[in-house]
Formats: sequence, structure tokens, C-alpha cells
Amino acid sequence: MAARLDVRKTYKLYVGGKFPRSESGRSYEVTDAKGRFVANAAKASRKDARDAVLAARAAFAGWSGATAYNRGQVLYRVAEVMEGRHAQFAEEVARAEGLTAAKARAVVDAAIDRWVWYAGWTDKVAQVVGAANPVAGPYFNLSVPEPTGVVAVLAPQASSLLGLVSVVAPVVAGGSTCVVLASERRPLPAVVLGEVLATSDVPGGVVNLLTGVTAETAPWLASHEDVDALDLAGAAPLPGEDPTVDWGALEAAAAATLTRVVRPAGSGASGEADGAVEPDWTVLPDGPRRVLAFMETKTVWHPKGR
Amino acid sequence: MPTFEYAPAPESRAVVDLQPSYGLFIGGEFVDPVDGTSMKTVNPATEEVLSEVAVGGAADVDRAVKAARRAYERTWSRMPAAERGKYLFRIARILQERGRELAVLESLDNGKPIRESRDVDVPLAAAHFFYHAGWADKLAWAGLHGAALGPDGVPLPLGVAGQVIPWNFPLLMLAWKVAPALATGNTVVLKPAETTPLTALLFADICRQADLPPGVVNIVTGAGATGAALVGHPDVDKVAFTGSTAVGREIARTVAGSRKKLTLELGGKAANIVFDDAAIDETVEGIVDGIFFNQGHVCCAGSRLLVQETIAEEVVGRLQQRMSQLRVGDPLDKNTDVGAVNSAEQLQRITDLAAVGDAEGAQRWTAPCPLPENGFWFSPTLFTNVSPAHTIARDEIFGPVLSVMTFRTPSEAVTKANTTPYGLSAGIWTEKGSRILWMADRLRAGVVWANTFNRFDPTSPFGGYKESGYGREGGRHGLAAYVKEA
Repeated sequence: MAARLDVRKTYKLYVGGKFPRSESGRSYEVTDAKGRFVANAAKASRKDARDAVLAARAAFAGWSGATAYNRGQVLYRVAEVMEGRHAQFAEEVARAEGLTAAKARAVVDAAIDRWVWYAGWTDKVAQVVGAANPVAGPYFNLSVPEPTGVVAVLAPQASSLLGLVSVVAPVVAGGSTCVVLASERRPLPAVVLGEVLATSDVPGGVVNLLTGVTAETAPWLASHEDVDALDLAGAAPLPGEDPTVDWGALEAAAAATLTRVVRPAGSGASGEADGAVEPDWTVLPDGPRRVLAFMETKTVWHPKGR
Repeated sequence: MPTFEYAPAPESRAVVDLQPSYGLFIGGEFVDPVDGTSMKTVNPATEEVLSEVAVGGAADVDRAVKAARRAYERTWSRMPAAERGKYLFRIARILQERGRELAVLESLDNGKPIRESRDVDVPLAAAHFFYHAGWADKLAWAGLHGAALGPDGVPLPLGVAGQVIPWNFPLLMLAWKVAPALATGNTVVLKPAETTPLTALLFADICRQADLPPGVVNIVTGAGATGAALVGHPDVDKVAFTGSTAVGREIARTVAGSRKKLTLELGGKAANIVFDDAAIDETVEGIVDGIFFNQGHVCCAGSRLLVQETIAEEVVGRLQQRMSQLRVGDPLDKNTDVGAVNSAEQLQRITDLAAVGDAEGAQRWTAPCPLPENGFWFSPTLFTNVSPAHTIARDEIFGPVLSVMTFRTPSEAVTKANTTPYGLSAGIWTEKGSRILWMADRLRAGVVWANTFNRFDPTSPFGGYKESGYGREGGRHGLAAYVKEA
């Protein structure tokens, strides 16, 4: 009997809870770690990025208004659904990153556990960083963290799944919504993650995933007036390669509307620009700093009296 | 209602000993600027020249940053934290001891009423030093998430902080900047505002009296170019700025691509929202305090009054009555409510924006108060028939001008309040607790005052959402701006 011809998947964008192709009609060739053709991914355009920001903004009121307990359960649900697709993720990660099957499985384990870790943070951050302030007067004075709004995320280029989850989970844990540029050369695990998000009670528009050329799309997001914060993790190039993205220029573009910027990791002195490096995402985060990076502090005053 | 006559009650100027000219305070001593230029600072209430101050150039900034670096490396970062704290306690005490002198000088240079400089600016400045003094040796317990820790588990300072402050609260903004920077172990180069350098120069003398090690605090007076040189200096680790959103944007652009840490406290266009069940007398006082405090030169001023439609007429009537009682004039008179506008330039801006209000069809009402002949003055002003699209409802005027709009439902109030790129503060006036909390959750602003307005405290974090900037000043949260990230 002849071997069965497998049914291949069309890898598309994930925007507003739906899976559109790029409005531009463009795609680009994605290869595995050895350079062999795997699939054509959608090559997102400026218009796709703007549509994604609209979707993220539309989803913000509902997601930020949900209780922290509810958000925690939704994030935990993502981990549950990922677990069911463990083998599929391992295969995608192995192909994209050139890992052995065992190593790819370990990466997927860590990515699932990272969702669980951040799921637990949703209803803790306000207690950990909030404050009842002892002002010198007869006032009730309380500070609480609130989500920043719409966050544009440049996902890490090397760590296509664990790195991606490590930057997306904290944004949504805090109640913000996001537009994510997946790893340019390793985008397929992100598309599969979109399929998981679509089926795990995450409201459409809370996470929007774009594949394509980072240097082409990132400037539109950095300068977008309705983007409140920008995570430049993915400005770091693949190991051994030259950067394709000038993170300083993106930060400068973000300055036009005082967009909050999380710089890529790097080790330069204060006063000089330096290269961005991708951190080791297998290391457990040292606290909720990535959650807090996308939260604002609101302070409420009220007089006390009889 | 009886009308009270007030006899003049001027505070004495004798307590202030003004020098004819001042140099730059660098490395613990006053030095002449390298390029030798200077500017005059005037009393905005009389246009009298108070003194000449140096204009720091790039070479002066460089000298100051070097002095701060040296002090950081040789003295301040090596000192036990408890000793650092004790210096701050000393400074706080001297601020109190010389409180009246500082208040009079502030009113002279800035134009704000002595009642405010004496009862608000100076006591709050001292309180900021007291509060942060206590943090100096307790940073390990401040819950600073993501901070880089030294071998003893204490969050590490950044190094040299470049700080640029505005003219509306000259000494208080100095305290908001210098106290947390020093408490966390940084040294500073501070650039006071062009029009209000004098209390910062007096603060230099306070550092001398406190025996603060040379170079820990450096004060470089000057204008925009001086500030730009400081912000762009490659050996500055941290930039902190309070001022306009336009300049804040420029600074964010300058710092982009570097590893300098940045906090910005920028403009605002706060909505002060009044519901029909509000306690009306307190509310009217709160509205007045919200917009006419410090001549409206307040980034968090309640410059957009949103009144529930059913009581709009009554509120506006009472407001006009109250505004008619405001005493505008000599900042040094203890009975003065509204002082002088800080500069001719700012007066022009206020005048121009108010004229745009007329041109766009809003209805102007001006408090019938006599104004002095010399100096820079603008009568408390209120605009009705304002729509959210009007310039005076969108642009920060930074003066004693209130734009009044109406709403019907709480949802409409929230929508109108949030329709601005700013997000610094907001006010809510209602007797209904659940409505306060519902509103407070939805207002996109860093500070929400409910049944009060313009309250400040060193323990209470202050700062904005959106284009009002980022980072917080005050409280545990404010410390994060001055420690190194891991």
C-alpha cells in the first residue's frame, strides 16, 4: 500500500480571535533549522499590525475588567490545553530550533509550566506591590497596580515557544492585551500557540499573533498612537547573527506618545547604545517584574470623617 | 453676606539675604561657569530683578557630572546606609529651621502666595527628606522587585542622576528628586528651572550647613540647553524630569537606545467630576483648590470641570460667587489667595489659549478682582459652553482657567474624563461610596482624589498614565526609579 500523503497546515495570523491570512496576500518561506522547506507563513503588513492593535484595544476593557481570579483561571486553562497538544508543540519546536526530541519536550514542559506560574500571579501582584499609604492627614490612601493597556511585543527570535510564552504570559496576567510579532525565522510554534489560545477561554483580541519580518512591522507598532507599551525582547538577533532591528530607533519612535518601553537584555554602560542579547528563558523569572512592567500605579485618596 | 475688608499683611522680606549674583554649585562649592554667561531672575509680581544666576554650558554640566561621579565612587556609595540617612535627616531639619526664609524666597522668585509656600511647599519638602531619610538603611525591605542586589542583599543604586525640574514648585520638586536619589545611594546633578533658581541655590547652602560630602548634590542653573546637555551626558545613569509633555518626549527620544533609566512626570488635563449628590460647599472649595491653587500652575490641576447636568447651573453660580471672593495680588501678603503668573512667557500662553476659547465659541467669565499694575497677572477665569473638542478642553493651559462641561450618566463622565492623551489625575465628588469606587476603577489616571483634590504626601506615589509620563515619585514605588535593575 502506498504511504498516505499527509495533510499540511496553512499557518496564518491570529487576530481578534480569528485566523486571517495577511491582508497583503504575502507569505514567506519558513525552513527548519537545517534550511529545509517547512511551510509558507503569512507575512504580516502594516495594515495587519494596525488591525491587530484595533483588536487588542477592543479586547482591553473586557480583559482588564475581568477579575484577577478569572484571568488566573483562563491562563491556567491555556496550560491545560497546551498539555494536550504537547507532542505537536515538541515537534514544532524541534523543527524550528533544531533541538533533539528530548530537549524539545523539555522546552514544552517549561513553556506550559510558565503559563501556570504566571496564572498564579494574576491575583497576587496587587497585594505584593499595592500599598496602604500612611499619609500625614485624615485620608484613606491606597495604591494599586492596573494594566497599562495595549502592549506591542517583539517575541524572542531564538526561543520560539518558551521565550514567546515568557513574554506574552506576563502581559496578559497583568490584564493588558497584546500584539505579538513572532520570531521571524521560527514563527510556527507561535501559530500553534494561537490555536491553543483560541480554544482556551482567552477572549479574542487579548493576544494577537503576527508572523513576518520583524524589522518591517515593528516600527509601525512602536510609533502607533494607540500602543501603550513596547517589549523589545525580540530585538536581540539569533545567536551569532547581526541584529536586523535597531532597538534604539524603536524606543525613539515610541517616545512620540510616551509609550512605555522594556528594553532588550544587554550589558552596556548606562550612557551608550549596545547590542541586545536574548536571555536564557529556561531560568525561572526572578519575581513578577515582567507583569509589573506593563502595569501602572493608581493612587486613590478619600477623606476620613464622621 | 458681610464683606470683610483686609488690611495688608505682608510677610517680611528681611529674612531673605539675596546675593547680587550666584555661580554654579559643583563639588561642594560655588564656581563661575566655564563660558561665563548669566541670566537674570525676576520677581514676577513686580518685575524687579532679584539676582543674576549663571547659565551652565556643556562644559559646566560635564564638570558637575564628574564631581557627582567622584562623590559617588569615593564617598557616597561607600558610606554605611544609616549614615546616608542621617545626612538626609539633617537636611530635613535645616529645611524646617530655615522654613520661613525658604518660603519667602520661593514666593519672591516664583510668585506663589506666601500662604502656599509657607504651608505647603516648604513643609512638604522637609517631609520628603524625613520620609526618604528613613528608607536609606531599609531598602532591603522595600519590596523592590527585579532590583539588582549587592552582596548584603540591598538594592544597588544607579550612580549619577541627572534631574531637571520645573518652575511651579521649585523647592518641592527638588525635594521629590533629590531625597529619593540620595536615600538610595545615588549622587545628583540638578538643573533648576530657568525662572526659579533661587531656592535651589539656597538649598546648596543647606547642603553646606549639613556637611554633605562635596559632589553628592550639584546644582547647575541654566535654561533648556543646560538641561539637554545634562540629559544627554554619557556618564549620567539616570534621568528624572518633571515638566511639559513636549520636552518629556524630547528627553525620551534622547535617552532612547541607551541604558539610562528614565522617569517622566509630565503634563495633565485632569477632569474634576461633580455628581448631583455631592456635598456642594465642600465641592465648590475643592474645585477652587483644584484649579486656582498655585495660579493653576499645577500639572495635576483640575482644569476640566465635569458637572452633572442637573446641577450645572447651581454649581457654576456658586463657583462664580466663590471666585469673586478670591484675593489676587501681592504673593507676600498672608491674605493672598492667588499670586502672580510665573513669567511673561507663561502669561502670554495663558492669554493666547483663553483667546482661543473665545474664538471657538466658549463663554468666558472673569472674576471681578483688581490686579496690580506691574508684574504678570491673570484673573481667575471660567469658561462655560465648552465642548470636549475645544482647544481649552484639550490643551494644558497651566494657568487659572477652568473649562466647564456637563454630563448625564456616570458612564458618560468616565468617557469624557478619559478622552485626553493625558492621565495624571482626576477628581470625583459624590456622597455615594460605591460610585466613587466604580469611577476610580475606570478613570485612566495615576492619582484619583475623591471628595478632595490636590493632596500630596511623601508616602503616596504620584505620577501619570499615558502621555503624563511614567514612573512614580513618593512612597515605596518612588524608590524603584533610583535602583539598578537586575
